[in-house]
Amino acid sequence: MKALLIGEYRQGKLLDTTYELKAFADRLGADSVMLLVGSDSELPKYDGTLYLADAAKYGEYNPDQHKQLVLQAVEKENPDCIVFVHSSYGWDLAPRVAVALKAGQVSEIVALNEGAYEVNACNAKLRRTVTPKSGRCVLTIQAGAFTPSGEPQGTPQPERLELSGTASAIEFVGYEAAEQKGVDLSKAEVIVSAGRGVGKKDNVPVIAALASALGGELGASRPVVDAGWVDHSHQVGTTGQTVSPKLYVACGISGAIQHLAGMKKADFIVAINKDKDAPIGEIADVLVVADVMQFVPAFTAKCAR
Amino acid sequence: MKILVCIKQVPDMESRFRPNGEKTWYDESDLAFRMNEYDEYAVEQAVQLKEQLGGEPEITVLSIGPERTVEAIKKALAMGGDRAVHIRDDRYYQKDPWQIASMIASYAKGEGFDLIFTGMQSQDRGSAQVGVIVAELLGVSCATTLVGFSYDGGTITVKRELEGGIKGVAKLKLPALVTCQLGLNTPRYPTLPNIMKAKKKEIASLTAAELTGEAELTATAAIYPPAKKGGGLVLEGEIGAQVDRLMGILKEKTAVLR
Repeated sequence: MKALLIGEYRQGKLLDTTYELKAFADRLGADSVMLLVGSDSELPKYDGTLYLADAAKYGEYNPDQHKQLVLQAVEKENPDCIVFVHSSYGWDLAPRVAVALKAGQVSEIVALNEGAYEVNACNAKLRRTVTPKSGRCVLTIQAGAFTPSGEPQGTPQPERLELSGTASAIEFVGYEAAEQKGVDLSKAEVIVSAGRGVGKKDNVPVIAALASALGGELGASRPVVDAGWVDHSHQVGTTGQTVSPKLYVACGISGAIQHLAGMKKADFIVAINKDKDAPIGEIADVLVVADVMQFVPAFTAKCAR
Repeated sequence: MKILVCIKQVPDMESRFRPNGEKTWYDESDLAFRMNEYDEYAVEQAVQLKEQLGGEPEITVLSIGPERTVEAIKKALAMGGDRAVHIRDDRYYQKDPWQIASMIASYAKGEGFDLIFTGMQSQDRGSAQVGVIVAELLGVSCATTLVGFSYDGGTITVKRELEGGIKGVAKLKLPALVTCQLGLNTPRYPTLPNIMKAKKKEIASLTAAELTGEAELTATAAIYPPAKKGGGLVLEGEIGAQVDRLMGILKEKTAVLR
């Protein structure tokens, strides 16, 4: 079995998730080659063929051309699968490649299961085993699901890829930096976060009161920030801040993977949720099955005493 | 301008899920269905664009699914869609993203849509493939994961959400398809007069068989609850007792309460 791994490069840097692709190929027992639209100065530590296209020429977000580059490498290597990280780069590019090859795509693989791929459904409350029916397939892997066993090492043998034309339907304008962080949650020892389960904006102060009773900061999950209940500077997760406090209290947070990725390194995790099956229960040290708006005020009163 | 918005009806994610009898999808009994959250942002963005252009664009809402899907369609019409197409398919859940996208593209091909909005993924299956595949099949340009959108004279400027809160800005010429991320806008609640008005709007009905003969490219081999990793301690029961137990545990296991 041979895998073509599609590395990631952004703002002039190789992204570490690139190494998760190699870890996945190893778990699959597949030989691999890699493709990167990047630069000579940021080569991945990887023993093997690296198809390298110049990001200065083909852009960092230019899916039409990146698709053509991937197809060139597919032509040369005839791989059984083409593997992307399930990221803003991967989920955008992978289906374009899949359509061009008329290959089936399995998205956001979290585990391998006897030659089939396991993916989540319904906010990780169910899991599916998916099998490709096309001879060749496109795969995207969940970030963090396949971690390299040690420090990456190796020296790639670069092979240059070029396209004859550089016309593209998409004009990339540039990056916009993350919003200025009003609160630096990364240094907080205690974080008490509000999720959709708090019910409404008026209830957020109840969660903030517990944060303050524990000498900590208020955090929030994405839905709460999107709804405008809490400012974005408090958001914990993939698109917010990554935190590692001594204590993390998740109030009414179901535990979407994007949230878990931002807080699972906390030393001790308490979740308060009325749904005993909520995915947050999988990583919580203690799951309190209760209505947040009943439990939190009672607990805050006890802490303050 | 002709706009298409593709929506899906999905279960409330707070529900308890269990596999169906044939272990290919979840059991639908006892589940409450609603419009896929991502798609609400897609509908809202289409309606905002129509308003910006003085009401000129015509918005068609498309959804694939069984009879119950009509409820989600009606909501989209009450939010401001003009007409709808319901592709009836009781076995929609057995179709993979390739087949679903092929059905949509097959419908859209002759219609000359200038702009297509979809959610970036569905909350139940979450493949994040359908929108992009539709764009590729129609040969229109495409950008995913939008948290910003503006239109000016045949060109759209989009803001894509990237990891770590960074955003990528790009310009696309119409025709185009975009997939919408949470937070793109604030989806409106349909007002009562608009709900009444929506009742009079056309919902055309097609069957899946009329639209695709494509075979699946991936198949669900099994569906099951994830194995519990043991996890931590579960505290149930009366609030007062839960408070005392948690207090004890935090004093013992963490340094934050003394």
